[in-house]
Amino acid sequence: MAELKLPKGEKSVKLFLSGNEAIARGGYEYGATFAAAYPGTPSTEILENLTSYEEIYAEWSTNEKVALEVGLGASLAGSRVIVAMKHVGVNVAADPLFTAAYTGVNGGFLLVSADDPTMHSSQNEQDNRNVAPFAKIPMLEPSDSQEAKDLVGQGFEISEKFDTPVLIRITTRIAHGKGLVHCQERQQPPELDYKKDAAKYCMLPAFARQRRLVIEERTARLQEFSENFPYNKIEWGSKDVGIITSGISYQYAKEVFGDSASYLKLTLTWPLPEKMIREFAAKVNKIYVIEELDPYLETQIRALGVEVIGKDVIPNMFELSAEILRERILGQKLPEQELDVPIPPRPPVLCAGCPHRPVFYILKKMKVPVMGDIGCYGLAVPPPLEAVDTTVCMGASITMAHGFQKASSWLGTNKKAVGVIGDSTFFHSGMTGLADLVFNKGASAVLVLDNRTTAMTGHQPHPGSGITAKGEPTQEIKIEDVVRSMGVEDVAVVDAYDLDGAEKAIRHALDFDGPSVVIFRRACALLKGLPKLPPLQIDQEKCTKCHICLSTGCPALVHHPDKSVTIDTDACTGCTVCAQVCPFDAIVEVGGEVLG
Amino acid sequence: MLLLKLGVRFLAKVTNVLLVGVGGQGTLLAARILSGVLQQGGYDVKMSEVHGMSQRGGSVVTFVRYGDRIYSPLVEKGTADLILSFEKMEALRWLPYLKPGGTVVVNDFALLPAPVLMGKAEYPYNALEILKEQAETLIVLDAAKVAMEEAGNIRTQNVALLGALASHMDIDTEIWQQVIRESVPPKTVEANLKAFAAGGQQH
Ligand SMILES: Cc1ncc(C[n+]2csc(CCOP(=O)(O)OP(=O)(O)O)c2C)c(N)n1
Repeated sequence: MAELKLPKGEKSVKLFLSGNEAIARGGYEYGATFAAAYPGTPSTEILENLTSYEEIYAEWSTNEKVALEVGLGASLAGSRVIVAMKHVGVNVAADPLFTAAYTGVNGGFLLVSADDPTMHSSQNEQDNRNVAPFAKIPMLEPSDSQEAKDLVGQGFEISEKFDTPVLIRITTRIAHGKGLVHCQERQQPPELDYKKDAAKYCMLPAFARQRRLVIEERTARLQEFSENFPYNKIEWGSKDVGIITSGISYQYAKEVFGDSASYLKLTLTWPLPEKMIREFAAKVNKIYVIEELDPYLETQIRALGVEVIGKDVIPNMFELSAEILRERILGQKLPEQELDVPIPPRPPVLCAGCPHRPVFYILKKMKVPVMGDIGCYGLAVPPPLEAVDTTVCMGASITMAHGFQKASSWLGTNKKAVGVIGDSTFFHSGMTGLADLVFNKGASAVLVLDNRTTAMTGHQPHPGSGITAKGEPTQEIKIEDVVRSMGVEDVAVVDAYDLDGAEKAIRHALDFDGPSVVIFRRACALLKGLPKLPPLQIDQEKCTKCHICLSTGCPALVHHPDKSVTIDTDACTGCTVCAQVCPFDAIVEVGGEVLG
Repeated sequence: MLLLKLGVRFLAKVTNVLLVGVGGQGTLLAARILSGVLQQGGYDVKMSEVHGMSQRGGSVVTFVRYGDRIYSPLVEKGTADLILSFEKMEALRWLPYLKPGGTVVVNDFALLPAPVLMGKAEYPYNALEILKEQAETLIVLDAAKVAMEEAGNIRTQNVALLGALASHMDIDTEIWQQVIRESVPPKTVEANLKAFAAGGQQH
């Protein structure tokens, strides 16, 4: 984690920051005192960096809805607040968000949505710029790290002046792209007292109807503000081509067109500065709207009666790039080296020693429908494990298994299903699903992969970890206690590395007539400070090259062209799963025997 | 501040660098040192990398661009001046990014990807020969060997590779040394400086 403080005695310094670091830095400089988030690529580093400032309370919340609500409460108490999440997190937080637009705020309230075009690390692609007009909250789109920091300050002011949550919408290349940022000292946040005001904060229908009118009036004022907002600006170049753009797309447009075009660079992108757009349009011959994903600007600009070229040439999916603009608009292709050698793909894999591996190895053998969830265990979908039937969204494992099992019994096909969920996801949105399953007399087996952390996003603590975002020890909620208290009677806790024990537990859970939960407890192999287990090697005399060990998909096992298999002892964590599946006891500890 | 002045060079030109490798190999630290050096050198710098899923042993790339004024954080195909690859096959994968006349610095090291480990695909063991044909300038470095034999610390491999890269960049050695000092654990400064120097001489 970057230490983002200024060197002692310096008033201003240029730091090389990612957009996420810059947003955290902005929180510090512009007087944030409160931050809440749930991890999710590409948003995670925002809160991670905010935890390093003593002046700011920061928490990992159990999910995004919770983070948004915790943040809203903090804003009412008078804090300047940053709440951060990935694009799909905003779906989870949509309920409070859409009504926070009605209640408004007290301390400045920023929701950062980090979208992931091309889905580098996501289950879907969505353009959350659409959230701003939908929820009726103003939106800011930074185009680099400097603006990411600046707009935190602007956002707090807009939020407080217009009494509204503000959406800061970034994308992967802003979040994880680094650039130079001028950093300054922290400004003192305004002192804002909480005042009880039921007509503003209690959205009963009668009050909500009044606030609905307030939103319209606020939007009209924001519209006016947008016309004069200094970050909405025109850069004149040749007037043959006018480019209207925002966010990272501005950088790609500049890269390709330089001074050969004029730019209307929009930063406050809801509500749009309509006058400014019309005036710009009147002065250029031809207009391109250059934007990534949906025709968000284009549709609104066309509705103003301004003719533009947009998605007819620019793709409406995946990341944009200078290359794409060059090709689609200028018809140019840069020379590139052609290679006719096949290069094998290098997909991400479950790590050596991953405690998820044995569970999926067993499930694959059982041929039962496995409703999966979102986490590192997504890596059990591709070969060789191929043990997962579905991956939809966080929490969908338990509920889909329940629906599948119920429908099968209703239809008379009587299929059981297994729901597999990680520990962080269990707290995020698995608990309500489990309550549903118990309540509605489900009979699915639920397997909780308790690797003690939120691994996929880089090991953030969660309510079962016993430690807070700030590194303080805290109450550790035991998943088995939660499950039992919900009325599940058949509960087992098993070591994931014990293949026999794990298989017995899964078989029992599947046979059990009623809700059954197995918790596989074994820390993620990448967590720091774990006891080191001795690495393994293969006794080549005993090995018959049957390759059963390879079917675990452990990347420490090396398959050689002569069909022999060895173990990379640097990569091996000594989990012994391969030794347990070897029918010939050929896998042994380096320097000693291990029991197969 | 003398160092800073020595390093300042204003070019209208933009230089594009790719650092490629396998998630977990330490490309991120190398990229951090490189961009620190460029910043000290007085350039505008942008860097782009992707965190998340690909960090679990997938193919990873960091784009670094520097010059007078940088807009896009991404390098376009056919425009990279330099490719530094931590692994042989990854150098091949990203070769379409190299511009004609560009330089490739490659670690003489093969890390087999899952499909090869499982016997479902073949590793291009002739990677270096192909690279030799395709790249105008190719530097091959056995970073593990340099790290062990010259620096006595296997963890200095990425800095050894940076040493090789630095010998093809026009930036003061002292700036490199200063940034390395600030970026690596205090106990390993000497070993890293040795690895850096040795990496720069191995070709
Ligand atoms: C609504 C939502 N928020 C966040 C994410 C990002 N995300 C993907 S996996 C994951 C964590 C999974 O943790 P856990 O369930 O403990 O599994 P592990 O990765 O540790 O195996 C998160 C936060 C997401 N996909 N959807």
